[in-house]
Amino acid sequence: MTQSFELPVDKRRNVLDPVPELLELNARAPLFRPPGGMPHWIVTDREVVRQILADAERFSSMPPPEPDGRKPDPHPGSLLQTDGAEHSRLRRLVAPMFTVRQMKALEPMMARIVDQRLEVLERAGRPADLMRYFARPVSGLILAELIGLPRDDLSELSRLGDHRASGHSPRRHPATSEYVGHFRKLAAAQRRDPGEGLAGMLIREHGDAVSDEEVAGICESVANGSIENTAETIGLGVLALLCHPDQLALLRERPELMDRAVEELLRYVSVVASVSPRTALVDVEIGGELIKAGEVVSCSVFAANRCPYGGDDGTADRLDVAREPGNHLALGFGVHFCLGAALARLQLRIALTGLLERFPGLRLGTGVEELRFRSLAPQFGVETLPVLW
Amino acid sequence: MGIRVDRDSCVGSGACALFEPEFFDQSEEDGLVVLRAREAGAEALPALRRAASRCPARAITLVPSDGQGSAGWDRSD
Ligand code: HEM
Ligand code: SF4
Repeated sequence: MTQSFELPVDKRRNVLDPVPELLELNARAPLFRPPGGMPHWIVTDREVVRQILADAERFSSMPPPEPDGRKPDPHPGSLLQTDGAEHSRLRRLVAPMFTVRQMKALEPMMARIVDQRLEVLERAGRPADLMRYFARPVSGLILAELIGLPRDDLSELSRLGDHRASGHSPRRHPATSEYVGHFRKLAAAQRRDPGEGLAGMLIREHGDAVSDEEVAGICESVANGSIENTAETIGLGVLALLCHPDQLALLRERPELMDRAVEELLRYVSVVASVSPRTALVDVEIGGELIKAGEVVSCSVFAANRCPYGGDDGTADRLDVAREPGNHLALGFGVHFCLGAALARLQLRIALTGLLERFPGLRLGTGVEELRFRSLAPQFGVETLPVLW
Repeated sequence: MGIRVDRDSCVGSGACALFEPEFFDQSEEDGLVVLRAREAGAEALPALRRAASRCPARAITLVPSDGQGSAGWDRSD
């Protein structure tokens, strides 16, 4: 994809690093009004990001009205696009299924999928595209098992997902409704014969208290939140390690650092550059500015995680796999904090451990300057990542 | 020092249970935080402060053992 010159500053990266303009804006003020007027504000300061994301009473996650003033279509079951009591009702339906303990029980399934994909990657021959043969299928197959999606649907979904990720599709592109259609079908099939996955579990446990539309919406939320975010984090995480041979060597020497490395890589690559927009419900004074009721605010998690701030001893921009796991924002903050956090952490650990063990000589199969990045997708990522071993 | 959790705010992220399993767990029923200990010695303070600062729902607070005041999630940044 060509890096369009009009890419907003919070979407731009210098390979894995914040661009100088973003660092300057962050040094000048906690939030600013970007040119173009939409969103009305971009927040880069980590304290102000935390304050806004923690303040769901005054900042709504419902999608802002269309430019012509029309209200966006309701989206039943969508965790990210609901507020207040409705959001906590949905979240409480699914939270018990995503605990650290529940996810640990899925570890053997994840390990099996990772092993299979390592085989496929090796057989693909050198250089092989890590995204195509490993990162995307690992995250997709694990998700399919988790929600009970037939594997055939998965390739179709990833095709539609790629379409969305191109960032060029207009909001109501047909690919979007086809995508939703898959989840509607899944919900109807699971209602007739509830299986072991998330969809079946929701139906078995909650019966008619949860509608097919909601089951579909929840599964779509989970798929949207999961597949690309995890795949891109694996890809960029590997890239970050390969670009920092000292850190990679340290991690190989001390595999017990893997849990810390996962946290550090989540923070460092922050694939969700900005969380979904929040709309101020009332006038809010924050960070020395006045956000007016109705204004749309974009919180740049990438800036918050990577720009220097008071408490970081000047190290926020450095990759340090031994760093004490801190309070980074890569998985969000507040009531919409990533539902799949335990799953994402475990998946990343299993995938990265497997990859490093299998390929002691893992290295980039191309120059960094050859790599093409997905800057317009909802999550930042690399198109292809050729690797050698 | 005392450890307090607000289950009404907890979003079940599991961050506490993952990093400090000695003190925190998640309920099988609702996925929300369950305390494994309500009191901890001073040596646990740094770890507990980090747990409080990592909590995405600001649901963990530390209080002096006499139960007065708060050692606050925000001190640990
Ligand atoms: C490394 C991988 C991942 C990253 C970086 C990530 C990041 C995030 C972020 C930043 C948010 C907050 C968005 C906002 O506030 O607007 C979020 C929410 C969410 N994530 Fe993840 N995520 C990842 C993996 C997953 C996985 C594996 C799942 C599968 C269950 C998942 C499901 C969700 C859901 C359902 C939400 C919405 C929660 C709510 O609104 O209550 N995510 N994620
Ligand atoms: S870290 Fe906070 S939100 Fe997450 S489970 Fe523990 S108390 Fe709940």
